Amino acid sequence: MSDDSTTQSAGEQGSEGDASPERLALNDWHRAHGARMVPFAGYEMPIQYEGIVAEHDWTRESASLFDVSHMGQLGVSGPDDDMDAAAKALEALLPGAIGSLKPGRMRYSFLLDEDGGIIDDLMVTNAGERFGLVVNGACKWDDIAHLREHLPDEITLTHYDENALLALQGPKAAEVLGALVPEAADLNFMSAMYHDWDGVPLWIARAGYTGEDGYEIAVPSEHAEKLAEALVADNRVKPAGLGARDSLRLEAGLPLHGHDISTETDPVSADLTFALSKKRRETGGYAGHKAIAARLAEAEGNTLARKRVGLLLDGRMPAREGAEVFVGTARVGRVTSGGFSPTLGRPIAMAYVEPAHAAIGTALECEVRGRRLPATVSSMPFVPHRYYRGK
Amino acid sequence: MPRYFTDEHEWIDVEGDSATVGITDYAQEQLGDIVFVELPQVGAMLDKGGDAAVVESVKAASDVYSPISGEVTEANGALEDDPALVNSSPEEEGWFFRMTIGDAGELDGLMDDKGYKAFVDNL
Repeated sequence: MSDDSTTQSAGEQGSEGDASPERLALNDWHRAHGARMVPFAGYEMPIQYEGIVAEHDWTRESASLFDVSHMGQLGVSGPDDDMDAAAKALEALLPGAIGSLKPGRMRYSFLLDEDGGIIDDLMVTNAGERFGLVVNGACKWDDIAHLREHLPDEITLTHYDENALLALQGPKAAEVLGALVPEAADLNFMSAMYHDWDGVPLWIARAGYTGEDGYEIAVPSEHAEKLAEALVADNRVKPAGLGARDSLRLEAGLPLHGHDISTETDPVSADLTFALSKKRRETGGYAGHKAIAARLAEAEGNTLARKRVGLLLDGRMPAREGAEVFVGTARVGRVTSGGFSPTLGRPIAMAYVEPAHAAIGTALECEVRGRRLPATVSSMPFVPHRYYRGK
Repeated sequence: MPRYFTDEHEWIDVEGDSATVGITDYAQEQLGDIVFVELPQVGAMLDKGGDAAVVESVKAASDVYSPISGEVTEANGALEDDPALVNSSPEEEGWFFRMTIGDAGELDGLMDDKGYKAFVDNL
């Protein structure tokens, strides 16, 4: 028995070859809670505790605690905390309207290269005196190098590598965190707040990567265990690993960098145009704008080379990353991530296909080990998002 | 009936000139929740160490190899409806397939239960 080369295990993505992985602040805590640790993005990360499906289901029905401290937490500030200068500098690199982001609000955006390719996707937050960026763990060193190279000298880039990042995700997340931090229960989706928790500084963002309501909480590493303990002390919360995080984000239709998006793809082909602010599509002034404008025109004329779609597969056999997509004998696309959906009880996938075959309901086939699996183009998310947008 | 084990975590029960193959408890534990098992066709000729089946867990697809050479005589149909049998009963109800024993000499290089236990303890 051995893993296939075509497998798409969250635990194997972005592992750093020979370099021995770093330990998380919660390393011992994870092991004490029964985690199986695997190298990922340069860290030994918990891939699962009691089992991926159990953790997945628990996140959908209650709340789970994920350690995502491998992700890069960065700060971008201007001279004398000049937010306009910092926003202007970021807008040269990101296609989003950063200057119009109000304090405590956050936005999904990208670092783009000159060809409109996605160097990374990220969250940017107006944190009052600076902008906070949360970037993918597997890309963070490249992102930092890119930012250092392209940000003007008067802009300060800070890497908060002494912070842990814990994600509390699930329909009961607000009740649980609200018991510790009452104001957190009223925070809206894509908003963030600072909180002094018995002397422990917390940055609490109502966001996540599971499609459920929930939070990502930045906490100084030395206090991460205290926070994790306080959260799992509530019996509505159990720890969950990277395996469940991957199956949850797939059901939520959220792309994974290095798989569903990369420098080989762009936000338009990836069907992420919602993150390209309308105003900045016209004004431009960011890396990759020319290419993005060309892709947008192609999308308008339905002449894009390919487009990211969701696929619902018949049967139980998953089509994973690399599986080719066919219409009859014609190869029309390729799966970029796929697996079994515990919530739907059937395989799902994301694929890039030619736009002629991208309409919802189109019948396609995925080829897996010589077999053709019937698949239907589906809208995403596969499982509805349940974000909190206020009462 | 003697049971042998491979270092790829397959088990094989030998009964006369026929054998039953599955994956070990250690293997299912490593794989996690199993959602699909692709079994060989009855009549397929398998080579020792060659591809025999594929196990799909939530996280990955993994190959299962044939412990010996022979012809597939039966595949466990119960796994089609309930692949999780491999998790709940890997070394009994969750068997994969039955096969003929092409060359009994090929069993010699396999481990017995004591040998396999020591092998797993050292992983």
